[in-house]
Order: sequence, then C-alpha cells, then structure tokens
Amino acid sequence: MKWIRIFWLLLVAASIVGVTVGTSAGLWKHTKLGLDLRGGYDLVYQIDSQGQALTASDKQAVLTAVQLRVDAAGIGSPNIQLEDQNRIDVQLAGTYSAQQANRIIGQTSQLGMYASAKVKTENGQLLPYTPQNAAIPNSTIVPSGPALVTGKDLKSNASYQQDPQRGDVVAVTFKNPGEWQFITTRYLGKTIYTFLGSQMINSARVTQITPNGQTEITGMTPQQCVLLAKELNAGALPYPLHLVSSTTVGPSLGALSLQTTMRAGLVALVLIFAFMMFVYRTAGVIANLSLIAYGYISLALFSGLGIVLTLPGLAALVLGIGMAVDANIISYERVIDELNSGKSLMSSVIAGNRRALRTIVDSNVTTFVAGIVMYMVGQGDIKGFAMALMLSVATSFLTSVFLSRTMLLQLAKTKILHSSVWFGFGKRRLQTR
Amino acid sequence: MKQFNIVKHRKWFFLLSSLITVAGLIVFAVKGFNLGPDFKSGSRIQMQGSFSTAQVEHIFKDAGVNVSPSEIAYGGTTGNSVTIVRLPEVLTTQQASALTHQWTKTQIDTVDPFAAEVTSHKAVLAVLFASLFIMAYVAIRFEVRFAVSGIVALLHDAFIVMSVFALFRIEVNLLFVTAVLTIVGYSINDTIVIFDRIRENLKLQKPKTLAELEEVTDKSLWQTMRRSINTVTTVLIAAVSLYFFGGPTLHHFTLALIVGLISGAYSSIFIASPLWVAWRSRQLTSAVK
Repeated sequence: MKWIRIFWLLLVAASIVGVTVGTSAGLWKHTKLGLDLRGGYDLVYQIDSQGQALTASDKQAVLTAVQLRVDAAGIGSPNIQLEDQNRIDVQLAGTYSAQQANRIIGQTSQLGMYASAKVKTENGQLLPYTPQNAAIPNSTIVPSGPALVTGKDLKSNASYQQDPQRGDVVAVTFKNPGEWQFITTRYLGKTIYTFLGSQMINSARVTQITPNGQTEITGMTPQQCVLLAKELNAGALPYPLHLVSSTTVGPSLGALSLQTTMRAGLVALVLIFAFMMFVYRTAGVIANLSLIAYGYISLALFSGLGIVLTLPGLAALVLGIGMAVDANIISYERVIDELNSGKSLMSSVIAGNRRALRTIVDSNVTTFVAGIVMYMVGQGDIKGFAMALMLSVATSFLTSVFLSRTMLLQLAKTKILHSSVWFGFGKRRLQTR
Repeated sequence: MKQFNIVKHRKWFFLLSSLITVAGLIVFAVKGFNLGPDFKSGSRIQMQGSFSTAQVEHIFKDAGVNVSPSEIAYGGTTGNSVTIVRLPEVLTTQQASALTHQWTKTQIDTVDPFAAEVTSHKAVLAVLFASLFIMAYVAIRFEVRFAVSGIVALLHDAFIVMSVFALFRIEVNLLFVTAVLTIVGYSINDTIVIFDRIRENLKLQKPKTLAELEEVTDKSLWQTMRRSINTVTTVLIAAVSLYFFGGPTLHHFTLALIVGLISGAYSSIFIASPLWVAWRSRQLTSAVK
C-alpha cells in the first residue's frame, strides 16, 4: 500500500515535469505575441461622428471599413478592435511603413471634388485660386464650399491606368451616373478641384457631359495612383478617423524585450524554487511541482484561448508565480501550526488545509475583483494585464489548492516521513498514524 | 522569548505613515508627477543603446525632427543603456517610420492631448473603482471596520508608491497605473490573510477589555508573521528579478512594484490591524459602560 502511494506520487510528479518539458515549446509557438514583444504598430483612432451618438451598426460599419482597408493593403493578421465606444485600436505587426498604413486606414474618405478652391496665405488671408496666388510661399490651397462628390459616391472598381493623353490616371465610376451627369452639365467649361485629405491633387476643366458615370482623376505619380485606387476600392469610411495615439516598436527591440523578460522570469523561478525547498523541504518540492503546473496551464490557456501575450501580461504571469506561492505558504504554515499543537501528520494536513482554504478563497477573490475592475475600466495594456492577472489568479488557485493539497495528503498517507525536519520546522518525531 | 507588542506601539506606526504621507502630499503639491506621454500629449522615443547628443541629433535630423539637448535623457540598468527622447510635439507616422527604419531597437509612443486626458481619467477611475469593489466584498465577508481599515492600508500603499515616483521624478506612464493596481490587489490580499486570523481567534476568545483585544490581535499578527515574511519574500524575488534582468520597458513598472510590495507587507501588519483595534476598542469601552 505504502509503495503504491509513493509510486503514484512519483508518477504524478514525473508527468507534470514530462508534459511541461515535452509540449510547452509547441504551445509557445501557437501563443500570439503582442506588438511590444515582436515589433509593429499600434494605432488608435478616434471616430469623428461630429457630436452624434454612434449606433451599433455605425460602429460595425467603421470596423468593417477599416478591416477592408487593412486587407486591401495586404497587411497580414491585423488586430482591429473597438475601444471605448468611439475609438478603434489597430495593431499591425511587421516592418512595412506605418505612414502607409495610417494613410490607408484613416485618410481615404477625404477624397472630395469641389466647385471652387481658395489659397490660404501664411497670415490666414483667403485669396481666390489662381496659379499666381498658389505660388505664394507658405500658402496652402483649401477647398471652398461643400463637396460636390466624395469618395463615398464612387464604386469599388477604381483602377490605375495609363491614359495615352493624360498619363497616369485613376479610373473611377460613380455609383449614381445621373448625379455625375448633372454635375458635369452644370459645371461644363468650369474647373473642378479634387482634394485628397487636405492636399489638392488636381484641378481640371470639365470638357464634356458624362452620362455613364465614368471619369478619371489625374495629377498623381504612378505610386500615388495605385494607392488611391486601393483606398477607393476599400470602401468609404462612414466617419472620418483621427489618429490619437500611436506606438511603434522596432522588431529587434521587441525580440530583446521578450528575451530579457523570459530570462528574468527564469531567474525568478529558480530563486523561488530554491527558497521554497529551503524553507518548506518536502512541502516546498510539492509547491514547486504545482508551480510548474501553474506555469504550464497559464501558457496553455493563453495559447488555447488565443489571448495576445504582451509585456505587461508576461509581467502579470511572473508576478502570479508569487501569488501561487502564497496559497501554498498559507496552507503549509497552517499544517505546521497543527503539527505544533501535537496532532498527527495526517490530521494536521487535513485540518491545516481546511483552515487555509477559506483564507485563500477570500484573498484570491479580492485580487480577482481588482482584476475584473481593471479589465472593465482600463484599456489597451491595462486590459491585457488584467486578463493575465485574472487567469493567473484562477490558475494558481486551482493548482495550489487542489494539486498541492492532494499531493501533500498522499505524501502524508505514505507514512514515510517521521521527522518534522522534512517540513522545515523543529526536529520532532511525527506521529504518522 | 517575549514578542514585540505591535498593537501597543501603534501610535508610532501611525505617526511614521502620517509623516510619509504628509511629505508625499507636499511633494505632490510642489512638483506633481513627471508624466510620460500616456498622460501628457507628445512623443516619447526610446532607443536601445547609449548615444551622444550629437548622435541623437543626427539620427533625428535624418528623420526630419529637430531635437534640443534638454530633451534627451538616459536610463536603464547596467549593461543595456537606454536613450530616451521626449518631444512636446506629436510625431507624424511618417517621421516615426523613418526613425524605426533607421534604428530598429526603437519604441515610439505618441499621444494627442485629447487621448491623454481620457487615459488619465480612466486611470484614476480604475483605482477608485477597484478600492470600492474590494471594500464592498470585504464588508460582506468580514465587517465594515475590517473593510475600512484594509482600504486605508491599501490607499496608504498606493500613495507611498506615488510619493516615491513624484519625489524622485520617475516617469509615470500607463504601466505605472498597472503597477499601482497590482499593489492594491496584493496589499488587500495580504491584509485579508491577517484579518482572517484575527476573526478566527476572536471566536475562540472574546476580548472584554482593550488589553485583551490588543493581545488577541498581537497573537494573530505573530501567528501569521512567518507566512507574511515568506510570501512577501517570494513575490519580491519575482519583482526584483524582473527589475534587474527584465527589459528597460518594465523598469519603472517593477520599481513601483518593489516599493509597493514592501509598503504592502508593512501596512498589512503595522497599519491595517492596529487601525482596526483602535476603532474596535471604542465600541468595546462603550459596551462596558
């Protein structure tokens, strides 16, 4: 009976270590890493709804439009989410240009054609648009009056073409040919000014009435044409977006952060293992085994649930080790108290664990409550940290309560430990029955 | 061995904490926080490696940004030094791209004024709400006096960390808020374990006088002392390892944690429980009369 118990204990210990060593590398490969750990861009946009409340379908439309845009630019595995009712967080991993990404995501719907344009001089004076005025140093060309048409009015079939007469052009089709026919009729012989964002890309005289809704936008380089065609095809944004914050992490800095944090975690783990074995002896070994299980289950949860692991998240997990240890310490101190009061090892383990459980539940729940509040109130990094904290509290509770106490109970049942030295206190003979 | 009577000497601990708190308040009033771009609009560029002023100016000039020497700071632990440039203006994504392209070990954060304001509001809200919910839970599971004493100790810890950061002009960013919230969680966690023991001992022995109440509380504190010390030691091992071996991004975060963990362990023993005794004893004397 005694030997079977010892065998089972060793088997559990071996499988915890074995499964962890054997499969954690595979799990790690499937874990999504945050931008701070692999480099990339985190762009936060404010949806400018001009003071109107956004409905759920509005938000969905903005999200879809942003998704379409990012996809059209060929950026792989973006992470796009709505934050805070009127903000969009776009995370892009990789090493392409953030400037390009920002243009694609935020600035497209601002294509507009206007019936007139003015020249704004350095001191804010507005002059009529003429080539002479436009050449004034430090002046900018601004649209005047409402837009005749915008990017929203175009079909998603814009394409870059090389026109024999006009050179590099973007060929576009209007959704409503009648409207374009009306505009070309009204402005026949007059000039129409096309703006992309705050920049005028061309001014062209309307030379004919166009009934089929097709036209061409000129005045750009081939690269600009390709980009504009992509942007127009990605669909118009229902509302303008303003970039409110951005974080750019170079890829080698990300890799370095990951490496140093992992190394720090490893050092912490080794020191904690040594500390626990020094103070609590056999019980410390059990605590260490449950710590390994804690680490493994946390990794499996991150990998399985597809949670993005960020630097703060990693910090929360390393910190969670300390919290998992606390539950073990509370239990062992209780067991030692019971042993001191002269009980046998078996009843000490049972009574000590029972008394410790209520304390552990209360202390874990309070930390969990803090995690929930952080998750609900916080955003971005704080949300990620809170998520990792809640996961680590739950996991540490499971491993340090159920796994540790079961193993300790089995150890007590083997009746092989006859001295209190094995539990790191005094030097007394233990009553084993 | 005669154990030190913690509760009896409570006024000294209250005095010590009050002095630190008042000193912290003065520092706040005079200097305020050294806010990072998470809370103040602008740009923060962190580059791995140590660069001279001329080198930094050169790197930034190539990206089309002018940097003055006063905007350059150095940080980081030994071995991997870090150059930090803080600009009052928000870098364009084009400039940011140019910088990251030139120097790949770079992190650039930009925030506009509106976003910074929203973020700082949320940070304060998070601390207040967390305290409120924790208090409600403790009040339900224990009693109101425990809840209030625990929250005082918890706010004490959060405050001490903030004072230290204000005093030494250490940059405060969003990660700092995360650290404060973690400390809040740890501090209450630590306090509750001790309260739990006091509650248990109260059932065995109902104190009738102040001396008896002090004795029960002291006994509870000493019964949980080994656990308190061992727990804070292991958590500190984790935090200190992160401080010395972790990346520079986590540097301020772990520093806040270390200060807060020590303060948390201290306040659980020397502030929260004595505070509870002081409050509870009032009811004791009135009940006797």
